[in-house]
Amino acid sequence: MQNILSVRNLTKKFGHLTAVKDLSFEIEKGNVYGILGPNGSGKSTTLGIVLNVVNKTTGEFSWFDGNTSTHNALKKVGAIIERPNFYPYMTAIQNLKLVCKIKEVSEIKIEEKLELVGLLERKNSAFRTYSLGMKQRLAIASALLNDPEILILDEPTNGLDPQGIHQIREIIKKIASQGTTILLASHLLDEVEKVCSHVVILRKGEKLYSGRVDSMNATHGFFELKTTQKEALVAYLKNHTSFAEIKEDKSLVTAFLKEEMSAEVLNRSLFEKGIFLSHLVKRKESLEEQFLSLTNNQSN
Amino acid sequence: MIRLLQIEFIKLWNNRASKVLIIAYFTLLTFISLIAAIKFDLGPLKFHFAEMGIFDFPYIWHFNTYIAAFFKLFLAVVIVSMMANEYSNKTIKQNLIDGLSKWEFIYSKFLTVLVFSAISTLFIFVVSLILGLLYSSYNELGIIFSDLEFILAYFIKLVAFFSLCLFLGILVKRSAFALGFLILWSIVEQIIFGVLGWKITSWETATTIKSLFPLESMANLIDQPFSRLSVVQNIGDQLETDLKFDYAVHSYEILIALAWTAIFIYGSYALLKKRDL
Repeated sequence: MQNILSVRNLTKKFGHLTAVKDLSFEIEKGNVYGILGPNGSGKSTTLGIVLNVVNKTTGEFSWFDGNTSTHNALKKVGAIIERPNFYPYMTAIQNLKLVCKIKEVSEIKIEEKLELVGLLERKNSAFRTYSLGMKQRLAIASALLNDPEILILDEPTNGLDPQGIHQIREIIKKIASQGTTILLASHLLDEVEKVCSHVVILRKGEKLYSGRVDSMNATHGFFELKTTQKEALVAYLKNHTSFAEIKEDKSLVTAFLKEEMSAEVLNRSLFEKGIFLSHLVKRKESLEEQFLSLTNNQSN
Repeated sequence: MIRLLQIEFIKLWNNRASKVLIIAYFTLLTFISLIAAIKFDLGPLKFHFAEMGIFDFPYIWHFNTYIAAFFKLFLAVVIVSMMANEYSNKTIKQNLIDGLSKWEFIYSKFLTVLVFSAISTLFIFVVSLILGLLYSSYNELGIIFSDLEFILAYFIKLVAFFSLCLFLGILVKRSAFALGFLILWSIVEQIIFGVLGWKITSWETATTIKSLFPLESMANLIDQPFSRLSVVQNIGDQLETDLKFDYAVHSYEILIALAWTAIFIYGSYALLKKRDL
């Protein structure tokens, strides 16, 4: 698989503060990556370094197996960092023409990309007259002008209203479905969970986890159960070797699995014991729960 | 190179304020020719600039480049703000992310400075040539095309001055403050000169040191042309004062100005390279 970006032992210090600490990860073609982490965990700094706007203190990074210089590699990358930055006095078209000149690509895709983000009608309005949502969508159009090998988005929905957030997510999903590699930095977990296949989790500049979203947590999920025969159920579960922990909350019993077991199997064996369920759900921990447990574990 | 110039052209030409200032600047350069029309008629005292010999070849090259150099302040505003606005709009960050290298960024600005200076120089050359052909008392080819080093000096003066503007724009990051700093610096140069001559060295040594300062070195390229005028020389003779001085463009003056240009451009690059955006 083609390597798009590799980061090795990257460290960035701002005076005494270490924003990024010995960070290493790889970005491979075709996957959708999320960089997760609370505010101030070094997400934007890391992206700033690989995008040539922040100087690294130590460590290495290379684009496309290190075959090109960083600024030439960036011509094959589409990136939006924090706020959309354009020339306020220029129209959408003029701004995008400028980007085409910088990226050395032809201008024929401008209209197509404006159409994709729904800004074609406002193409001749000055950038300063745009709402924040429109500015962010123009930034996405601009990042797509070169049909990039990888699209990097840093907090793309920050500060947007629900409608704006929805529009941006739809666009990201559309792009992801076309097979573009995406690197999405966010502190919004559901956002990452909805689109990403891989995650890198950062806290205070250190990597806590990197890998597939679904193998992030070694647990096998848990059952949520309800029954009128609660005592019998709890007793059965506690004696069962497949369960690690049983939690009771009013009528709801939550049983955490130690090993793989399907809902069907549990249901049948409970039925055979004469325990009848009114509610049975098998769930994996959400990314949010996994993330919180991961960041909490490490802080102790 | 063409690509970098196109990039700057899109940025500048779509900005109304820059466009107005650029047009105003070149209009004013053309208006130098209007000096020809200035006539004072105060009874016995008749005064007509065109007849005082200011448009005589080769003096006109000296006079016009000296006067035209004052208008450079208009372009200075444009150049300082084209740099500082990249910071205030944060577009410099986006430019780099889009794949412009830091050197290309500085180089595109410097190319713009070169183009502005070249067009100004061409302008002043053509305007002076026409004025001279109309009003000059001498029109032998040899005389017309003598003293052209003032045209070269004018070009270098503009390049050096605009490079300083670029440097201040990137150093201070805000156009108004950068322009304030430029004025402050011109005063500081004089103060250092004053202190040097008054307390530390002789006035002669102080003058030599002063000629190494950036703004002073640019000013020295084209000395004031007025005491060269025959009218003024005559008054000097009558008052028995010697008004003759060294007005020529010296190669070491050009070298000093070019050295500052290199320092400013490299300094801008070094600043950009060192900073986190």
